[in-house]
Amino acid sequence: MTMADGARQSVPVLQVQGLCARYGHVEALKSAELSVSDGELVAVLGPNGAGKSTLMRAIMGLIPNEGEVRFMGKTLPRRDPETAAATGVVLVPEGRGIFGPMTVMENLELGAYRVGRDRTEMQRRFDRVFTLFPRLKERLKQLAGSMSGGEQQMLAIGRALMSDPKVLLLDEPALGLAPRVTGEILETLGRLSLTGLPVILVEQKAPQALKLACRAYLLSLGRIVATIDPREVQSHDELAKYYFA
Amino acid sequence: MRAKPRSGLLSGHAWSLSIWLVSGAIVAYTFIFGGYLSSVIAFALIYAVFVSGLNIFMGLTAQVSFGQSAFAAIGGYVSAILTTTYEWSVLPAMLVGLLGALVVAFVIGFPTLRLKGHYLSMATLAIGLIAYEIAVEWQSVTQGYTGISGIPPLGIGGFEAVSDRQILATLSIIVLIVAFGIMRIRHSRLGRAFAAIAGSEEAASTLGINVRYYKLLSFLLSAALASISGSLFVHVVGYVSPEVFGLHMVILAFTMIYIGGLGTVSGPIIGALVVSLLPEIFSRLHDSQDLAFGIALIVILVYAPKGLAGLAQALDARRAR
Repeated sequence: MTMADGARQSVPVLQVQGLCARYGHVEALKSAELSVSDGELVAVLGPNGAGKSTLMRAIMGLIPNEGEVRFMGKTLPRRDPETAAATGVVLVPEGRGIFGPMTVMENLELGAYRVGRDRTEMQRRFDRVFTLFPRLKERLKQLAGSMSGGEQQMLAIGRALMSDPKVLLLDEPALGLAPRVTGEILETLGRLSLTGLPVILVEQKAPQALKLACRAYLLSLGRIVATIDPREVQSHDELAKYYFA
Repeated sequence: MRAKPRSGLLSGHAWSLSIWLVSGAIVAYTFIFGGYLSSVIAFALIYAVFVSGLNIFMGLTAQVSFGQSAFAAIGGYVSAILTTTYEWSVLPAMLVGLLGALVVAFVIGFPTLRLKGHYLSMATLAIGLIAYEIAVEWQSVTQGYTGISGIPPLGIGGFEAVSDRQILATLSIIVLIVAFGIMRIRHSRLGRAFAAIAGSEEAASTLGINVRYYKLLSFLLSAALASISGSLFVHVVGYVSPEVFGLHMVILAFTMIYIGGLGTVSGPIIGALVVSLLPEIFSRLHDSQDLAFGIALIVILVYAPKGLAGLAQALDARRAR
């Protein structure tokens, strides 16, 4: 039995039920249902404008929403991203959201903002990030805004990990990155989920995401239209069937 | 690979030090030689306190407020009324003014700070205009345009700052304390929260930083310094009227903060000194004085878009590229 199989049988860490969101009169997310358990990496796929980012933002409570997001059995408040983050649901937003005028070190420290003055805990978190992204350790004093796109994405993920997340949400981490860097980032995410951290990965590059995911949700026009088992998708044609179904 | 910094004419740290030295030299010059410039520098130091407060909200937290003059008015008028009508001593009167400004800032800030960008700016502009109108219309208390005179000088215990030198020394100490406080804030956990909000409110909230709480805190700190500057003004001048806290104060403060350097510690001080001194330097040009002042401001902002103190950061960033 693989880790993913085992995880599939466990209780979901994060469960989204009937989540809806609108921008004015436009219903951008329609009754979304998904879940992720310990050690799972689930992918959210779909074309541009399908509602993938809206789903992530609604889970975090960044936009007005209806429905329910349950984290470890408890319902998260609807419009309170601070509480969501404090309880362990952490988002790496689309566009990275790093603080360009600050150094790498300052960005990472902000990730562990809630740790306060506990230096031991802070060091433990730094060590974890540097193990995954050794390049960040070399550039601690560099301004974040002066780094390459790939390094900035590593920093964004590193900063999220400094929060010691219980669930990690990533909104298109490979956007605008070179294929080699994309591979590197996605491989790291795969390693992260193997440590037991549940990951929800929003990605347009479906084939690459499916290689890592134990399950994928396909979004179209704000609705989850299919739940895909990556083992059943052996070719681009089979994947296309889901997209065009 | 990160580029090695090239050796330049002046490093960022040396430039920062020069800014402090120039500011100190200007104050020292007027302290030694006195004269008319003493009053100009005294007003500049009072503005330095006001602009430092604005700098917490605008520079460190990247929010815009056009209404800080309202809190200066509260501090100034409360100080003036309590010391003249009720014969309080200066320090308790200033503290009550400070408390009043904080209460009003909390009541206004709590709902207003939900707004962002231009909406917040417009809401705060309204606060400043309302405070001005109250100062004009509430004549039984503020004496309207006639103003309140006979306000006692700054002082504590048996000490009273009456002479130009005493006033300059007192104000310089207050400015240094304020600058030290802001430096500590910048490098503290609180300062990091402000910086995160300045970077992106949304990103800050996804890191568990309570954006509304820290925005309110930044607003309160800013209002507190505005209130102190208002009180300092009335005790140094000995008179207060609504015009002191009008829109002109806000425009002048904005000019000072951008000339000095938004988000820097020394920026509000050098900005206040330079903007206060430039009209004096150009005073011999008579009719062309305002034109020369305007051109000087434009030249500074073209060559130092991050302000005089921010030039150091710009130099460092350019060398790092």
